[in-house]
Amino acid sequence: MNTDSEPILETREVLKSYSNAGQIIQAVDHVSFAVRPGEFVALVGPSGSGKTTLLALLAGLLQPTSGEVQIGGQQLSKLNDAQRTRFRAQKIGFVFQASNLVPYLTAQENVELMLKLNGTLTRERAARVRELLARLGLETRLKNLPAQMSGGQQQRVAIARALAHQPDVVLADEPTASLDTERAFQVVQTLGDLIHEQQRAGIMVTHDLRMCRWVDRIVRMTDGRIAEVVDSPQEILALSTTTH
Amino acid sequence: MLSLPLSFELALLEVWRNKSRFLLISTVVAFITLLVLFTAGLAEGLGLGNREYIQNLRADALVYSDKSELFVSASRITQKTLRDLRNISGVDAVGAIAWAPVALVTANNSVGVKVQLGGVIPGQPGEPEVVEGSQLSGKRENVAIIDRSTAIRTGLKLGDKFQIRSVVARKDELYEFTVVGLAGSQQYSLQSTVFVPYQSWEKSRPRAQLETDVDAIVFNLGLVRLSDPTNAASMRRQIVQSVDEVLVVDKQTAWENTPGYGPQQSTLSLQRGFTLLIALIVVGSFFRIQTLQKVAQVGVLKAIGTRSGTIVLASLIQIFAVTAIGVLFGVLATLGLAAVIPPTVPIRFDGSTFASTVVLMLMIGPLGGLVSVQVLLKTEPLRALGLAS
Repeated sequence: MNTDSEPILETREVLKSYSNAGQIIQAVDHVSFAVRPGEFVALVGPSGSGKTTLLALLAGLLQPTSGEVQIGGQQLSKLNDAQRTRFRAQKIGFVFQASNLVPYLTAQENVELMLKLNGTLTRERAARVRELLARLGLETRLKNLPAQMSGGQQQRVAIARALAHQPDVVLADEPTASLDTERAFQVVQTLGDLIHEQQRAGIMVTHDLRMCRWVDRIVRMTDGRIAEVVDSPQEILALSTTTH
Repeated sequence: MLSLPLSFELALLEVWRNKSRFLLISTVVAFITLLVLFTAGLAEGLGLGNREYIQNLRADALVYSDKSELFVSASRITQKTLRDLRNISGVDAVGAIAWAPVALVTANNSVGVKVQLGGVIPGQPGEPEVVEGSQLSGKRENVAIIDRSTAIRTGLKLGDKFQIRSVVARKDELYEFTVVGLAGSQQYSLQSTVFVPYQSWEKSRPRAQLETDVDAIVFNLGLVRLSDPTNAASMRRQIVQSVDEVLVVDKQTAWENTPGYGPQQSTLSLQRGFTLLIALIVVGSFFRIQTLQKVAQVGVLKAIGTRSGTIVLASLIQIFAVTAIGVLFGVLATLGLAAVIPPTVPIRFDGSTFASTVVLMLMIGPLGGLVSVQVLLKTEPLRALGLAS
C-alpha cells in the first residue's frame, strides 16, 4: 500500500435510511472513510450492521440518502443510471458470493466478458487474461464451464473477472461464504495479493474474521456506524487468528 | 450504447451450450407450427372442396328460385326462367346446372365411387373448361367431363368408359358414359364431380319413375354471364326485376351459403386461433420460467456493468432464434407430410395462408417473450448482493 497516495475511494458522511412501517431505519449512518490504491480493507460486523448496504452504496447500486461517495475523483451521485452502469463496468470489479459466474460461459469467456463490456478486448489483453487465470492456477480450466469447476475454482475465476479490466476498486461480498476453510483462505489470500500487486483499492465484506489475515485494515460496523477501525498488523493478526 | 455483438454472443452461446433445453422448446414450436399449418390447410382444403366449382364458374350471376333461401338442392330453375334470362339486355350467355348424387362404377371398382353428377348445357356457363380432351357436344350424348379429383380417385383417363349407377324406381340402373374431357379440380359439396349434357343427366339421375321428360328438365341453378361484368351488381338487381320468382347472387355469396360452409370455416378458424393462443402461452411460459430461473445471474450481469438493453436484446435474439428454428422444422415437417398425404385428403396449402401462418408463428415467440423482457427489465443489480430496493 502506498500511504502517500491520494485515496481512490472516499465516502463522506454517507447516510442511507429506509422507511419501514412508518419507522425510519438508518442502514448506513454517517459513514466516512477512505481507501488508497493497493489497500485491502475488510468490512466486518454482525448481520444487519449495514456492511452489504455500504458495499452497494460504494458500487453505485444504491443512492445515499445524504453524503457522498467518490471513486477516482468521480462523485457517484452526479451520474445517472446509465452512466453508473458504465462506471461500474469500467472502474469497479466485483466478487460476489457463490454462483456469480455466467453459467454458459467458460472460465476464460467469463473473465473476457468485462473486457467486452468495455469494448477493450484485444489479442494482447486476451493473452493477459489467460496469464491471470494461469497465475490463479486455472490454466487447465480455461475452457471449462462453471458447473465443471469446484467452488474455489469458480471464485478464483470471479477474482480474475474482477481484475481483468484493471478497475480502480474491487468490491467483494462474502467471497468465501460457500467455501471450506482451506479454500476460503486460498481465495482471500489470492485476492489480497493481487490487490496489493496491482495497486487496486479492495474492500471485502465478511462476517468471518479469520479471513482478515490478509487485509490492511478492518472496519467493524455496528448498527450502520463504524464502531472500530483496526489497522495495526499485529492487532489484525491477533483478531484473525483468535476469533472463531 | 447497446452492444449488439455482445447480445448475439450471449444469446447464441447460451442456446448452444444448453442445446437440449432449447431444442425441446423448438420441438414444441415445430409441432404447434405443424398443427397450425395443417389446420389452415384443412380449412383451405375443405373450403375449396365446397366452393371450387362455384369459384371456377365463368358466370357473373347465379340464379336461384326465390323460395330456395340459397339452398342449391331446394332451388328449381325451369326452362322458361332460362329463356327469360336470355332475353335480358346485357346478358351474354345463360347456362344452368342440375346436381344429383350418384355412384360412378368402373371395371376396376364395381362398388362405385360417390360423385356429384352435374347436368350442364354444353358450351354454356356451368360446363367446366377442360385441361385435356374436348368440351361436351350434343345435349343427348353419353359423354362426360370428369374433374381432377374424380380422375385421381377412379383412375379414369380420356376415352375410358364408366357407368353411372342410379336408383331408378327402386332399382339400380347403370348408364354408360365415355370420358371426353378432363377438367381441373371442380369439387362441389366436398365431392368429386362428373359433368354430362343435361338430357343425358336427366336420363341417368336417380328418380322415382322410369319415364323421363327431357324437355321439362328442372335445373338447380341458372348461370348468367354478363356482357359487362363490371356492372354485375346493377345487372343482378335488373334480373330480379325482370324475371319472376328468382334470387340472384354473386359467386362468393353462393358459396358462403353452401350448407355447412360458414360453421365449418369459423370452427377451423377458431381452432387455428386457439392453437396460436396455446403456442403464445407455451412459448411465453417457457421463456418466463427460464428468465425467472436466472434472475440472480441477470442481477450479477447488471451489477458488473451490463446494460439492461444488452440483456433484453440477448433474450429477444434467443427467443426469436429458438422460435425461428422451431418454425423452420415445423414448415419442413408440414411440407414433408403434405408430399405423402393422398390427394383425396382435403388439405390444401394456399401460399398466402401458409406465409401468414408462418409470420404469425414467428411473431409468437417475441410476443410471448415480452413477459420475460418485463422480468429482465425489473431485475435489479442489487439482487447480486442479495438486496432488494
